[in-house]
Amino acid sequence: MAAQNATTEPSSKAPIMEMKNITLRFGGVTAIENISFDIREGEVRAIIGPNGAGKSSMLNVINGFYHPQEGEIWFRGAQRQSSRPHEIAKQGVARTFQNIALFKGMSTLDNIMSGRLNKMNSNMLAQAVWWGPARNEEIRHREAVEKVIDFLEIQHIRKTPVGRLPYGLQKRVELGRALAAEPKMLLLDEPMAGMNVEEKEDMSRFILDVNNEFGTTIVLIEHDMSVVMDISDRVVVLDYGKKIGDGNPDEVRSDQAVIDAYLGVSHDD
Amino acid sequence: MSADFLYTLEVILNGLMAGVMYSLVALGFVLIYKASGIFNYAQGVMALFAAMTLVGIQTGQVPFSHLINAIFGTEVHHFGWTVPAVFAIILTLGVMILFAFIVERYVLKHLVNQEPIILFMATIGLAYFMEGFGDLMWGADIKTLDVGIPSGASVWLEDATIGWGVEGGGFYGFYIDKLDMVAAVVAIVLVVTLTLFSQYTTTGRALRAVADDHQAALSVGISLRTIWVIVWSIAGFVALVAGVMWGSKSGVQFSLSLIALKALPVLMLGGFTSIPGAIVGGLIIGVGEKLFEFWVGPLIGGATENWFAYMLALLFLVFRPQGLFGEKIIERV
Amino acid sequence: MFYRESGDFKTKYVDDNQTFPIKLDRLGYYAIIAIAFLVVPFVINDYWANAVMVPFLILSIAAIGLNILIGYCGQVSLGTGGFMAVGAYACYKLMTSFPEMSIFFCVLISGGITALVGVLFGLPSLRIKGFYLAVATLAAQFFLVWLFNKVPWFYNYSASGQINAPERAVFDFLVTGPNATAASKYLFCLVFVFILAWIARNLTRGRVGRSWMAIRDMDIAAEIIGVNPLKTKLSAFAVSSFFIGIAGALFFSVYLGAVEVGEAFGITQSFLVLFMVIIGGLGSIFGSFAGAAFLVLMPVFLKNVMVGGLGWPTDIAAHLEFVIVGGLIVFFLIVEPHGLAQLWRLAKEKLRLWPFPH
Repeated sequence: MAAQNATTEPSSKAPIMEMKNITLRFGGVTAIENISFDIREGEVRAIIGPNGAGKSSMLNVINGFYHPQEGEIWFRGAQRQSSRPHEIAKQGVARTFQNIALFKGMSTLDNIMSGRLNKMNSNMLAQAVWWGPARNEEIRHREAVEKVIDFLEIQHIRKTPVGRLPYGLQKRVELGRALAAEPKMLLLDEPMAGMNVEEKEDMSRFILDVNNEFGTTIVLIEHDMSVVMDISDRVVVLDYGKKIGDGNPDEVRSDQAVIDAYLGVSHDD
Repeated sequence: MSADFLYTLEVILNGLMAGVMYSLVALGFVLIYKASGIFNYAQGVMALFAAMTLVGIQTGQVPFSHLINAIFGTEVHHFGWTVPAVFAIILTLGVMILFAFIVERYVLKHLVNQEPIILFMATIGLAYFMEGFGDLMWGADIKTLDVGIPSGASVWLEDATIGWGVEGGGFYGFYIDKLDMVAAVVAIVLVVTLTLFSQYTTTGRALRAVADDHQAALSVGISLRTIWVIVWSIAGFVALVAGVMWGSKSGVQFSLSLIALKALPVLMLGGFTSIPGAIVGGLIIGVGEKLFEFWVGPLIGGATENWFAYMLALLFLVFRPQGLFGEKIIERV
Repeated sequence: MFYRESGDFKTKYVDDNQTFPIKLDRLGYYAIIAIAFLVVPFVINDYWANAVMVPFLILSIAAIGLNILIGYCGQVSLGTGGFMAVGAYACYKLMTSFPEMSIFFCVLISGGITALVGVLFGLPSLRIKGFYLAVATLAAQFFLVWLFNKVPWFYNYSASGQINAPERAVFDFLVTGPNATAASKYLFCLVFVFILAWIARNLTRGRVGRSWMAIRDMDIAAEIIGVNPLKTKLSAFAVSSFFIGIAGALFFSVYLGAVEVGEAFGITQSFLVLFMVIIGGLGSIFGSFAGAAFLVLMPVFLKNVMVGGLGWPTDIAAHLEFVIVGGLIVFFLIVEPHGLAQLWRLAKEKLRLWPFPH
């Protein structure tokens, strides 16, 4: 993992991803309506909004799990055609999930190793006899994974089945799995939900370290406003599937539409 | 009307009748699946067991006579009395309810919160157990079941339709077994009753609540265990009805338990949770396999009924994974 | 105390990745291999080969195959009997069409053919999940059995509709046909079991196995981290069917010798192999062996006790067998849903401390 573009000022960078007029519908329900925003290379970009605002749907659009009916997505200078999620993962987008989506039947090590699956390509036959390429590949990736394990300070649970781990550690393992893929862009869906203050501090530190050391662009959904305001460079605010605010934390904090959405203004019109 | 057309019509009618039978078995599956999330593979064996028990009680067989004879060297087999059909049916129903209690007490209670696939395997085990148990209890020989349902060709229908064909065209009226007609009527009555029961009674409402969400149901004071006993009792009753119909038609024997396998594609078509789905799915498959056997069967060696239903359901699912009546599935992460 | 891992340090990832990281396990494994190859062939007799060892070995292969599909990749299949039939009939056609071909390759190619058929029937797994898929695989079961029953080309137009294995030898030792000796049949199957179990282990510990397990545990998350569901599921179907096809070919050519498809490869066979996987333990190769051993030995044991010991008629013994097998399956699922393999794991954990309490 090379420390590329580590400490340059994010605001001066070109966008790594641009969303243009995205609309996503499920049957008659419009989850996202005509939203545009960009994500710049190397920044921490937060998406906030009340429950049901369309934040997770937005993340699902970004990594190709949902296909919007209208709009364009530009990623690293090219317009994305309708791709499957696993293809997008290969292009360098990794994510964690709101409800932990670890592979329950596997150990911590195997879970994080699975983050490197899209970098492994030894063929089936070599795998079957565990010969040369397959075996070397396994060792090489194991080294990379051990670095992630060291980084996240989870050496002691390396061989523990993830189902037995406490919630906070599971979240950390999930981050590890995403990091193992060495993504260009990392999507974090409520990485701190349900954590106590200390665990939140740990997690914030890991996120900032990832951003600083590896230059990874981070897109973050989080409900804890103090965390969001502390660690993100720019914030986009969604409400009822529409964008109601976009800018740096201070701008967003003082935006009247955002305040209304959070303090609750009647939507009945 | 041409004879070909009329023959096809007759095949369709017979298919509908067979479909009703499939629906009857599928209904038992749907009931248990809705109320407990268990895919009960033993439903077919339950039908077989119910039919065997009915015959055994009716003819006054000594239960476990073979085993007793083998152990004690005796020669018992019958008590020497016969029981009227109505009483025998009531007694059999009692046995099925007792069975529901035992299943709840010794199997389901211990498998709460297990994955669906584990529960499914458990019912396969249960099916094996019941099959062996039934054979031990009543013997494995083929039995004739007669509870007084009329059978044979319906002369009335043949007479009524014989005039439809061309003179000398070789058409002698529709051939439909009276038994099939009775089965159709019984199935319709059963479906209506069960629908009314689940819509308009307190128990029915509790049943639907359990189907939606076990924990929520528990939290408002519904006893899961009672509901399970009730559901398995109803499934036992449905199995008894199916067992009586199929048993009267083709004798009580091992193959009866295979009707469960016939009901599976019906469920795939109709969806595991929909009662109307079970009925419509059953009819589609009944007609489909009869027509396929009639048109294509002779060209490829016949006996296509063994797999046609499955292939139909498979193809159907590939294009519409949620089944006939299911809503479009939106996947979430 | 005697079974321990303390002091057994690993300094290389290669060492840490080996199949039996604990020394005692490794020694036990070598001992079993040595006994299986060097001792058993000299003491085995016809009864033990035909009633126990040969069916055990062959069904172990089938169980490993099914375990790859269900236990590792999470795709439930009830079509095992049908796929075994594909292996058997492919082997029969190869043996009769190319009499010079070594039986070893006949069996291997049969596995390959079954893999292709497996992929074909695995295609719906991309759209259908869970029970729906399980029921869909029954389509394969019924269709394949019907096909081999109704199309005379498959059984070379023989009047009986049966297929009979011609005599074939490996290094001048007959392994198929009525004159094959117990030891040669046993060894022939053992070689396959040994190689295939090793392959299964290799596949499940690396990239392929991890993609399978990812799909099993959470298919949506797996796709999002970069696992191609199409390739992964189909590769599981292919490998699983390859194993099952080889099992079917051996079952026909070495074990039974003559096969009537509905009897040998009916749905009962599918369930039998499924039970082996469940009782043995999902997602465990050792479990596949344990399950196969259990379900092969138990009927033999029951039969000896009830028919041989108590003198009961065979039909009662057969019925009781159903009762007991069914009861045991329910019992196992209640007590330990992860099967014999899990019990073994727990026993080993206990042994680590024994005889000390802490």
